Amino acid sequence: MTVTGAQSLISSLEHAGVEVVFGIPGGAILPAYDPMLTSSIRHILMRHEQGAGHAAEGYAQVTGSPGVCMATSGPGATNLVTPIADAFMDSVPLVCITGQVPRPVIGNDAFQEADITGITMPITKHSYKVMDPAEIPTVVAEAFHIASTGRPGPVVIDVPKDVLQEATTFEWPGSIDLPGYRPTIKPNRKQIAAAAELIAAAKRPVFYVGGGIVKARAAEELRALVETVGAPVVTTLMARGAFPDDHPLCLGMPGMHGSYAAVTAMQRADLLIALGARFDDRVTGNLAGFAPNAKIVHADIDPAEIGKNRAVDVPIVGDALQTTAALGMAMSGRGEDLQDLRPWLDEVSLMSREHPLAYEQSDAGPLKAQFVIDRFDAALDGSAIVVTGVGQHQMWASQFMRCNTPYSFVSSGGLGTMGFAVPAALGAKVAAPDRTVVALDGDGCFQMTAQELATATIEKIPMVVGIMNNSYLGMVKQWQELFYGSRLSEVHLPQVPDYVKLAEAYGAVGLRAETIDDVDNVIDKALGVDDAPCVIDFRTDPDEMCFPIVPAGASNDDIVLGRQPSEVRA
Amino acid sequence: MTSSHTLSVLVENKPGVLARISGLFARRGFNIDSLAVGETDDPRVSRMTIVVRADGKPLEQVTKQLHKLINVLRIAELPSVGSVERELALIKVGAAAGKRAEVLEIVEIFRAKVIDVDATSVVVEATGTPDKVNALEQLLEPFGIVEMARTGRVALARGAGGLKSPTLRPVRLPAQTA
Repeated sequence: MTVTGAQSLISSLEHAGVEVVFGIPGGAILPAYDPMLTSSIRHILMRHEQGAGHAAEGYAQVTGSPGVCMATSGPGATNLVTPIADAFMDSVPLVCITGQVPRPVIGNDAFQEADITGITMPITKHSYKVMDPAEIPTVVAEAFHIASTGRPGPVVIDVPKDVLQEATTFEWPGSIDLPGYRPTIKPNRKQIAAAAELIAAAKRPVFYVGGGIVKARAAEELRALVETVGAPVVTTLMARGAFPDDHPLCLGMPGMHGSYAAVTAMQRADLLIALGARFDDRVTGNLAGFAPNAKIVHADIDPAEIGKNRAVDVPIVGDALQTTAALGMAMSGRGEDLQDLRPWLDEVSLMSREHPLAYEQSDAGPLKAQFVIDRFDAALDGSAIVVTGVGQHQMWASQFMRCNTPYSFVSSGGLGTMGFAVPAALGAKVAAPDRTVVALDGDGCFQMTAQELATATIEKIPMVVGIMNNSYLGMVKQWQELFYGSRLSEVHLPQVPDYVKLAEAYGAVGLRAETIDDVDNVIDKALGVDDAPCVIDFRTDPDEMCFPIVPAGASNDDIVLGRQPSEVRA
Repeated sequence: MTSSHTLSVLVENKPGVLARISGLFARRGFNIDSLAVGETDDPRVSRMTIVVRADGKPLEQVTKQLHKLINVLRIAELPSVGSVERELALIKVGAAAGKRAEVLEIVEIFRAKVIDVDATSVVVEATGTPDKVNALEQLLEPFGIVEMARTGRVALARGAGGLKSPTLRPVRLPAQTA
């Protein structure tokens, strides 16, 4: 049957299983929006392409399937650059479709022309510039395969306007041929055996769990493995919920703002079993001083991650699900062969008891963001999807929201994209309409993408946005206080706008809490709203700092647990 | 210590592949000494011969990153012993009547060829290892090199074995959902 390139594109998306597209139309992508009218795909009209990209990321982080966003050429496409980079850093499956100027004027600096495949080359897993409408089905099929398999990531499909308009035929391919793309899924048996040897011999092992476990849906296998071995677990920011926080072997998040126990257990470990983690600098601190006595088992689906930052004793390339299951099998066969880990667990548990995550909330004093998050945690009891922005509130959210199931904590890790929370929460709610979605945001972050409240109102997407409003770029302020002699430079965000009025202007419910007595009340009210987004302006203490902290470039041994006496203000 | 490495890379013969590869080297902070690319016996596949100066460890990382490019099929590092390598150079050198015999003598010694000649210059075509081409260039220098073009190194492993592109093995897609 003869169709246009645009019809072929929309049919291809339908065949790829796409249910939702987040996007904004414009000149070059216009032809694709016509068949969208009669498609089974739900299109959500965003207010900014960056919002479309983050919404697609939120959708992908909750479902595990690729999120899809669509934008026009030029500025539409360049506005997607930040979410694409974000998805690349956090291995989020994303398919981004951009319009392009017609083929005859490509390279002519035509109106709204930008070389988006060139611009995004360093931040995509792969990209396509479709110069022939006959290629569209194959390109779409390949793009979804590449985005969602192996180490997931963003794929860009750039389609010139005249390719969308041209007549072609549509046939969904039964198979695709990517001779250069064969991710290793099954781990090598010898390597599994070698890893099992090290695990069995270890007296102070720690499981270092990264986002790969979530992406491979390996949480159950992980739990079985951990319980067989009986070693403590740390879950990185990208792996929150991969192992239940409530489990006695869970030490929480490691790294720069990790718990003392998670950081210190890794430092004192004799073996790290890294599963789908990448030894990121935010986890390791100064590499030379990181876990100095630990042997390393490093399992990752991406061979380039293994040995990239830390030399490895047993490398395992493979899917985290298969690797974890294989390790579980290897370990369960060993029975009494394992070391007695009780002395190690006692030591670790002492670390947790001596230096728990803590804050002080006085009855009359300023509201602490940690207290607000604590109250959210109590109200939600692990049932919600929590989405964060980037900064102090993000670290507190990771520290104080108990996270017991995977796909329930959505955050911008590697790129650290402020403004992530509101659109990502929107995408998460679209993906999981039956679950409560709470965005914990900062006032700095919120203002970067707040326009998507309009989208949420119009599309009737009920989500709660809790702004930890300390009227500062809090994390930057904290660094200026700790490392720049308290010389505060360009970090103050005076109380403009009024977030309650802003929420109302967007058709959302606006609430405010200024004292601890208000907190439970507004949270209850917000969670009761089921037909509109709800924004809560929590006026929190601007002087609160996020601890513990391992200063940038320092060794994890130099973890700072709280304000030094010289920094405590009267 | 940084040393020179020759990478032989089989890639899909598609637009943009060269940009992906050269961009990757630039991004990871590598300087490419030379890069030669051309079709192989299979027109769907091109071979790139990349000469790069790097330490072993970063080179391993960049090789792994190269492998991640969807269009890259195979990569091998060719050892300097155990592989043959050649480069072609065209050198336009000043050769007025009085000097021409001397130039031609050097060309002869290097088993190079003169492929163009006019009243004041000749164009010399030379093929050989990069060292040989460098030596020829040095000897011709005093006569005045007007301009020069080099192809960069191409190389193959010695012996019967070779770097072959993987057999095509289509990936079956999941059943249609729409």
